Amino acid sequence: MKNKFVKLLSLPYVFWSIGFIIIPLLMVFYYGLTDKSGRLTLSNVLNIALPVHFKSLIIALLLSFVSTVICLLLSYPLAMILANVKSKSKGLMILIFVLPMWMNFLLRTLAWQTLLENEGVINTVLQFLHLPVLKIINTPYAIIFGMIYNFLPFMVLPIYNVLCKIDNNLLNAARDLGANEIQTFFKVTLPLSVPGIISGITMVFVPALTTFVISDLLGGSKILLIGNVIEQEFTLNSNWHLGSGLSIVLMIFIIISMITTAIFDKDGEGSAL
Amino acid sequence: MANVLKKIYVGLIFIFLYAPMAVLIVLSFNASKSRSKWGGFTFKWYAQLLSDSSIMEALITTLLLAFLSALISTFIGTIAAIAIMSFKKGMRTLMLGITNIPMLNAEIVTGISLMLLFIFFNIQFGFTTILLAHITFNIPYVILSVLPRIKQLNPSAYEAAMDLGASPFKAFMKVVFPDILPGVFSGMLMAFTMSIDDFIITHFTKGAGVDTLSTKIYSQVRKGIDPKMYALSSVIFITVLVLLILVNLLPNGQKKAKQAK
Repeated sequence: MKNKFVKLLSLPYVFWSIGFIIIPLLMVFYYGLTDKSGRLTLSNVLNIALPVHFKSLIIALLLSFVSTVICLLLSYPLAMILANVKSKSKGLMILIFVLPMWMNFLLRTLAWQTLLENEGVINTVLQFLHLPVLKIINTPYAIIFGMIYNFLPFMVLPIYNVLCKIDNNLLNAARDLGANEIQTFFKVTLPLSVPGIISGITMVFVPALTTFVISDLLGGSKILLIGNVIEQEFTLNSNWHLGSGLSIVLMIFIIISMITTAIFDKDGEGSAL
Repeated sequence: MANVLKKIYVGLIFIFLYAPMAVLIVLSFNASKSRSKWGGFTFKWYAQLLSDSSIMEALITTLLLAFLSALISTFIGTIAAIAIMSFKKGMRTLMLGITNIPMLNAEIVTGISLMLLFIFFNIQFGFTTILLAHITFNIPYVILSVLPRIKQLNPSAYEAAMDLGASPFKAFMKVVFPDILPGVFSGMLMAFTMSIDDFIITHFTKGAGVDTLSTKIYSQVRKGIDPKMYALSSVIFITVLVLLILVNLLPNGQKKAKQAK
């Protein structure tokens, strides 16, 4: 298929990606690095140092870090269990864990309000059992909860994919050579699953760091993350220059995690698709 | 013992993932409008659903967007994937890198970057701007699901068809296309789902007066969600559940039928 006609087929996409991926990203830099009169300035980016903005960035980094770690700790055993299930029900198992993603995510997150509220479903059950009640709605804990809930499948799937690809003969060989289960895990399984772990971390960390919806719905709009600040600059204050400047700061963190993924996952093994 | 623990663990995560679904389905039968009080069992939200013109309008917008963006992105993405495989290594890496941007970038950044583009070029916000945005984030899903299929193709088959007198177009349609069709189809399905589920990018690229289900729900968060939304989302959830089961059972069935022959 090496003729010119085939190469021409890429033209619509080349134009599309220039027009709707590259130029829009350049727009973010253009607006972020200029002021209202069009003069070049760094003040929008440096605005991140303002206590309000800096605090929102630190909280976002903290909450997304904690949720990513918890997601990883929850997902790894789960992915291992799923990867060992006999092939017949494998498709069904994955389906079960992906299916919630197909329901509107705003409503799913709102449902956690009903569950977590001070007089919500979970506390009613806890009271009935004479256990101490949870007071986490509208606190950072509720936001972490929402992040874990929404992004858990993005951690499970890449890890599951790499675990499924591990050759069983390698594990058997390790055991034959005298390694016990724990040694086999740390010397064979874990190193081989690194691409999946890294890809899962990126796929949880980036959306968690940049979310404004989860903090809005479960944090009672009292806790502002960097995503909330940027969203408000765009939709409420119409200050596109400041919003873009803060987005540039955010993009630095996104690019760092993209590069990390590229280094550890050269062949795209850990992709969720 | 270990097996029991494993089952309990999977079960707990299963409950964690499905508790909100249960809440939403229960709320769709709740006579009280409040999210936290049970006011008795009712079917009225389901009954009133079809006559609520604003929800129906949002549903139609959502489905139309998903359908059009899936169709257009499948076309552009499929021919792009075919072309990308014929590129030399450097150019191919560049194209795949660009393709990865919308997938790895934060949705809020993709959303505002497109918003700024439309502001800069004075494009009126409305259905078209949302559609352009959805096509943009959908194309990568199509490309990434078609590419593996093209990698598996046998290039000699296409050349053989041409040697036997088929025109390049005919050779493509008869030889290449049937082989990549499963990838094209799953890419389209992925694109459709992503479009239906999207809120953040739509939020930044929509104009006043146009609403998808997601943006409509978001606008109701402060004043209280219309219970008809719970009814509608329960209907959608059950429909998707049934469709997914069918889609996941059918390919296996076909394979088995082929093997039997």
